[in-house]
Amino acid sequence: MNEEDHKVEYSTVSIPKPLIEKIKVRMKGTGFSSVSSYVTYVLRQVLSSIESEEHSKQAFTKEEEEKVKQRLRDLGYID
Amino acid sequence: MIQPHGGSLINKNLPKVEKERILRQIDEFKSIQVNPQTTKVIKNIGFGVFSPLEGFMNENNYRCVLEHMYLENNVAWPFPIVLDISDTKAKSFNVDDRIILTDPTEKPIALMDIEDIYSYDKREFAQKVYGTLDRAHPGVDSVFEMKEKLIGGEIFLINEPKAVFPELDLKPIETRVLFKQKKWDRVVAFQTRNPPHLGHEYVQKAGLTYVDGLFINPVIGKKKVGDFLDEVIIKSYQVLIDEYYPKDRVVLSTFETEMRYAGPKEAIFHAIARKNFGCDHIIIGRDHAGVGDFYGPYDAHKIFDQFPDLGIEPIKFRSFSKCSKCNAVVNDKICPHPPEMHNFFAGTEIRKALQSGMPPDPEVMRPEVAKVILQYENPFVT
Repeated sequence: MNEEDHKVEYSTVSIPKPLIEKIKVRMKGTGFSSVSSYVTYVLRQVLSSIESEEHSKQAFTKEEEEKVKQRLRDLGYID
Repeated sequence: MIQPHGGSLINKNLPKVEKERILRQIDEFKSIQVNPQTTKVIKNIGFGVFSPLEGFMNENNYRCVLEHMYLENNVAWPFPIVLDISDTKAKSFNVDDRIILTDPTEKPIALMDIEDIYSYDKREFAQKVYGTLDRAHPGVDSVFEMKEKLIGGEIFLINEPKAVFPELDLKPIETRVLFKQKKWDRVVAFQTRNPPHLGHEYVQKAGLTYVDGLFINPVIGKKKVGDFLDEVIIKSYQVLIDEYYPKDRVVLSTFETEMRYAGPKEAIFHAIARKNFGCDHIIIGRDHAGVGDFYGPYDAHKIFDQFPDLGIEPIKFRSFSKCSKCNAVVNDKICPHPPEMHNFFAGTEIRKALQSGMPPDPEVMRPEVAKVILQYENPFVT
């Protein structure tokens, strides 16, 4: 396999021109070199916050929790 | 509480029945003996410290992470987690083989399904992860000592590697249950590889002021010559917490991993691991995970700007010092006084005092902590 096979693939997305102009103004002084990199950054932030809201369940079951609590008691972390 | 990185806490610990079945058939498997550092990686993958990783990286993920610091599934990850093997060993394996990974004592610790066997360029690995090819950098030196090929694939724990400090060895599910029991919604992590001085105490307590709990999580594992011994770090923290911290607000637990000294990329790695432990903040100081002059003093602050979706928030501390005029530990944002009025908690000065058998200035290190360290004839890694 060569290096080309492992490059991240990109798709083209259409954004209204007035919004592009707004983004270009907003981008000034941020250090982003292109509208694409800025938009990618913003979208990652937005998606991350949506995903956080969606994943509101705990990382363990009730049964797992009870088992762990006993170990924590044995180690002296809880009473 | 913050979600694990990637959305779920990975658990690769096989059920007892499965483990017993595999151990009965152990002689039917080919195997690889791994070193102590890789044993810790296996344990961390197995118990979710490295969520969402489920094994050693295949070639696609290796390349994606090396080039972009993201996994193929678009989850942030700063450097490859890989398993190296010799060319000879690689020729004896095939993709889809199921093999056993044994620890340095030949105890079987994990099953691995081989997904990939691939070549890699050590120079590229070193340059992209560490930003240098200088073998004086301990991480770079480790890369050049690696074997010729890499294998990727999912792993399944069959024997839990023994913890260095079993009473302080909490897994992510355990810290998460503990934080829930303590009703801690917001937890700040403190990563360290040194015994505490007053500067550390200051940033920890400053961080704790704004959250519910402090998670002090020293790195336990391979470090460079001249770093402090693991036992010295743990005992120092135990006495400091005992004497100077509100015990219901602090949890001390170990993170068994090697120090890679990868500076900014390792700051992201440390943040991800503590996110998996259930922390939603992490303290990032000056030259986090750095070594020598390889990284800029605040490179580890800036890199977080590249990861807006990381989830865990860095609390960035600039350099702190004891100001004789303020008569307090301060940082350069809040103190107007000139450098000559400051004691910058220089590691070299602390070491010099300890090496000469003397406690450091009590305005730099708590006497109780110094007393613990001075009980050791040689408290440093040799």
